[in-house]
Amino acid sequence: MTAMREFELVGDLSRLPDSETGARHLVWWGNVGFMVIEGTAFALAAMAYLYIMTQAPAWPPKGDAMPGLLWSSIFTGGLLLSALPNLWVLHCAKTKNLAGVRWGALAMTVIALLLFVPRAFEFVHLGVPWHRDSYGSLIWMLLILHTTHVVTDWFDTAVLGVWLFTHEVGDDQFADVEDNANYWSFVILCWIPIYVLIYWLPRAA
Amino acid sequence: MIPDRAHLDRLDRSWRDPPGFWGFLTTVDHKRIAARYIVTALFLMFLAGMLALDMRWQLSVPENTRMGPQLYNESFSLHGSTMLFLVSVPLMEAMAFWLVPLMLGARNMAFPRLGAFSFWLYFGGVLCLWIAHAADITPDLGWFEYPPLSGPAYSPGHRADIWAQMITFTEVAALAASVNVAATILKMRPPGMTLARMPVFLWAMLIASIMTILSMPAVMLVTSMLIADRLVSTHFFSPAGGGDALLFQHLFWFFGHPEVYIIFVPATGFVSSIVETFSRRKLFGHSAIVLSMMSIGALAFGLWVHHMFAVGLPRLGNDFYTAASMAIALPAGLQIFCWIATVWSGRLRLATPMLWVLGFVATFVIGGLSGVMTASAALDLQLTDTYFVVAHLHYVLIGGAMFPLFGAFAYWYPKATGRLMSERWGSIAFIGIVGGFNLGFMPMHFLGLMGMPRRVYTYPPGMGWETLNQIATLGSAVAILGGLVFVANALWSYRHGQPAGSDPWGGSTLEWASPSPPPAFNIAYTPVVRSLTPMWDEGPGLPAMDGLGLDRREVLITSVTAAVPLYRQKSAGPSIWPLASSLAVSAMFIGSIFTPWAIAIGAAPIAATLTGWFWPDRPRAGSDAPSAGA
Amino acid sequence: MAWSAMKRRIALVPGAVPAALTGACAGIQSPLAPASDQAFALHDLLILMTAVCGLIYLLVIAGLVWSVLRARQHAKRAAAAPVDDSALDRSLIASAVIIVTGLTVLIFGSFLADRALLAARAEKAMMVRVTGHQWWWRIEYRNPATGRWVETANELHLPLGRTTRVELASNDVIHSFWVPNVSGKIDMIPGRRNMLDLTPRRSGWFRGACAEFCGAQHAHMALDVRVDDPVAFDAWLAGQAEAARKAQGPGEALFGLHCGSCHAVRGTPANGRAGPDLTHFAARRSIAAGTLPMTRGALQGWIAQPQALKPGTAMPAVPLRPAEADAVASYLAALR
Repeated sequence: MTAMREFELVGDLSRLPDSETGARHLVWWGNVGFMVIEGTAFALAAMAYLYIMTQAPAWPPKGDAMPGLLWSSIFTGGLLLSALPNLWVLHCAKTKNLAGVRWGALAMTVIALLLFVPRAFEFVHLGVPWHRDSYGSLIWMLLILHTTHVVTDWFDTAVLGVWLFTHEVGDDQFADVEDNANYWSFVILCWIPIYVLIYWLPRAA
Repeated sequence: MIPDRAHLDRLDRSWRDPPGFWGFLTTVDHKRIAARYIVTALFLMFLAGMLALDMRWQLSVPENTRMGPQLYNESFSLHGSTMLFLVSVPLMEAMAFWLVPLMLGARNMAFPRLGAFSFWLYFGGVLCLWIAHAADITPDLGWFEYPPLSGPAYSPGHRADIWAQMITFTEVAALAASVNVAATILKMRPPGMTLARMPVFLWAMLIASIMTILSMPAVMLVTSMLIADRLVSTHFFSPAGGGDALLFQHLFWFFGHPEVYIIFVPATGFVSSIVETFSRRKLFGHSAIVLSMMSIGALAFGLWVHHMFAVGLPRLGNDFYTAASMAIALPAGLQIFCWIATVWSGRLRLATPMLWVLGFVATFVIGGLSGVMTASAALDLQLTDTYFVVAHLHYVLIGGAMFPLFGAFAYWYPKATGRLMSERWGSIAFIGIVGGFNLGFMPMHFLGLMGMPRRVYTYPPGMGWETLNQIATLGSAVAILGGLVFVANALWSYRHGQPAGSDPWGGSTLEWASPSPPPAFNIAYTPVVRSLTPMWDEGPGLPAMDGLGLDRREVLITSVTAAVPLYRQKSAGPSIWPLASSLAVSAMFIGSIFTPWAIAIGAAPIAATLTGWFWPDRPRAGSDAPSAGA
Repeated sequence: MAWSAMKRRIALVPGAVPAALTGACAGIQSPLAPASDQAFALHDLLILMTAVCGLIYLLVIAGLVWSVLRARQHAKRAAAAPVDDSALDRSLIASAVIIVTGLTVLIFGSFLADRALLAARAEKAMMVRVTGHQWWWRIEYRNPATGRWVETANELHLPLGRTTRVELASNDVIHSFWVPNVSGKIDMIPGRRNMLDLTPRRSGWFRGACAEFCGAQHAHMALDVRVDDPVAFDAWLAGQAEAARKAQGPGEALFGLHCGSCHAVRGTPANGRAGPDLTHFAARRSIAAGTLPMTRGALQGWIAQPQALKPGTAMPAVPLRPAEADAVASYLAALR
């Protein structure tokens, strides 16, 4: 039974800054943690698709239509292009450009909203309903998983955009904008393999 | 020096919770959240134990009529699902929540509100399963409901959906908790606690968190696919639609195997802490233990097919999984060697926590070895789906996780409460639990080898199984009695136990530097760490730094490898948003058992509550007020 | 083939003692009383693994006990002696070597057993298709003489000394075929066909059980297995191939009316396939997949109240007047 040990003060932390950028910031790690979770879910869904595909006698199964290329190409092109303003917003956040992050977040909100249009048409033109067979179930699952991310990131960006205008913006808020931009980059990157799986593997198989 | 009253008062005012019920609902104090988890999980463990006793009674005589098939099938499903999803993993998370900031000399977790959210969502999962049981729609297909049995054709109604959605609750909670724990351990270590100076317990929690992040998405995905097959007629698992029942098994066990190591790895952290303190020497083989833990974490992801040896997969694959499944015994065995070696070369103090470590070694190794036996793809064809496997899984889970947990409870109880548990009653509980458990479960190895399959509500007379079943029942009853003694000891000692002081055991790590119980702010200054055993270092006092804010909630963020101080992070205070969000999420989860529209409709309250959560606490733009936390 | 013959000779020496011990606790549904090449291979592996694992356990416990005693002695010293871990480092490496050696032996043993299970069998393996249903077994023999399929249910006969290739399938959910004295288990999965080779070496009655939870009556899905010398087996199969004997009395007509939509009796109009084939029902050892013994009383009880005896079974309680039920039971009892 010992009494509490005494302390010996050897330093002072009060001069440390009250925020940081990039991987030095705590919340960056939380953001990355959630990317790993979602990325793992995507990878497993892709594995499920490949597993069923390698067992199927034909892909898509006999009688199933190919998924339409027009709207998916529009969406994919638009999504890839959106990387440009996104990276610009990221740069503004790192350089603490207030006007840049405000208008950039607003722009990204509008861009994401516009992308909903081709995405909606993609669903219409998938060609096979989810309840016809496992092929239909899998392509709908992949597209829904990705769409959920587009929608939630759109909403995040919209809310972010609002309070960037209504509130004072400090270093932690610039860090939030960085994290949000990184997440959009993640949404773009995840789409590329999913796009190949849904639209090109059935054409190659 | 000792911190002065004014210093402590200012910290207390910043960190304490609002009083009363509102404080209860809004707290983000990691210690209070952990306590809730522990109390809830221990109560559920008791309920699961009662289910077990009921089943054991039913199996004590052949063709017993105490339970019909429906009730029995519900019982083993509820028992397994509760123990694996609602008790084992949450208890490990709770120990992490409680201990990680204390062992880091930090004031709170990385994401305080996320911790509260994890608890409320976990609690939603508890209610989902147990209210369903009260309403007689208990899941009844086991703790891993394989399709097609769990598909729409053979299980109409909502029992299987309740099971699947309960998993969604608990997995989201666990994933959030894991991100929280991992970020705390990576970014909130005290100055000087480089990765090389990080205690084994923190390595264990970090590795378990990373394993959770990589494995739980699999079970979330597969249970969602099952609900989709049942609710909206997808064909993931139905052969008629081109699906494959084995896809479920692959996805489920890709999660299911790491899951058991997620339960085991934190237990190795507890054992390491206890062995070090009670051997009164630095843990032998620190690097070997950490590397073994990492190997276990990695290997665990390459073994899942050993749950599917009887399924008819290509034999070459089976050989690989046999070798890999046996190989994991190497790092586990090396850890055991290091702990025994620490004891051998130390000056042993045999108090209750250390008794539990001895019980762990003696029991878990049996489970590990029976696991090596089932790892053989060939031999597993006789052993799987029999009582041999029931014996194996209980030996590793109870011996390998519960016994260290009881030891950890006894070890850190004085820190949490300021009082010691009774040693005498602790020993009695130990003998009852360990003795009763071995008496109860050792016979099951033989029952399996004598041909008794698992998940059977009764068995015919004349098979020679009666005596061993009765011994198993007796042993289980003794173990439960021992458990009751353990709990009674904990409750009695809360008021009447010997006062403990801040460091009753002479521990080596930083949690012993705080008062017992720790105040809301945990510790008055930020410790500086110069070794693996900071509390045992020579010197006039514990080296520490001042400078974190006293009048606002602030935590120190350091760099990932070298723990160099980087900046002071604002730490979130009490908030209603975690509870509000978890209610919104729970409503959506429950609704989607019944209709897919619940997802669309449920999204709105979730969006609203999450917006409230993340809405910044800053002055309006263009105002003259000074920014809070600047 | 040569491996298992050799094993049986070697088993007479060291294996005989553990086999005798294990055989003592074994019964008709136990891996400890092997009765086929496949079960012998697994039994030998079990002995090997138990021996190696048992040895490792004793070493661990010995180490633990020694450490506790030594450390309690040293606890009486006031202060810690300076710590020199070099001896422990060497022991750590030694323990790694011991563990790796043990695991290598076991992996190798497992590999050998697996190869024994896969060993090429005599080409003319007889084919049997076993299909799992909730909660019974459909069994179809490919008659080697005629090439035609012969159907029965719930009781599997195997010829001694010959290899039978069992093709496993499922009609509904996942089941598992397990006759422990004769083989390890293999799952029966809808949409897949699994194969299992059985080469029995001992004649007699054995019991199998479904070993994958398949719903309410998983506990009552047992399989009677009879191993006979080839002559007796051939005679049995020939008998099974015949249609049912012509019956006297009202039982046959009543059966056809009330039961024929689910059950088949070849040679009569009853040709349902939802339930087990009953052409030679009375020659079997048990009723309802091992749930009840084949006695008149049990049969009458089963016909009258299947739900009371096997709750959840797909067989409904068919309302029959006592005289009718009696006639049906008499009819069935004559179907040898």
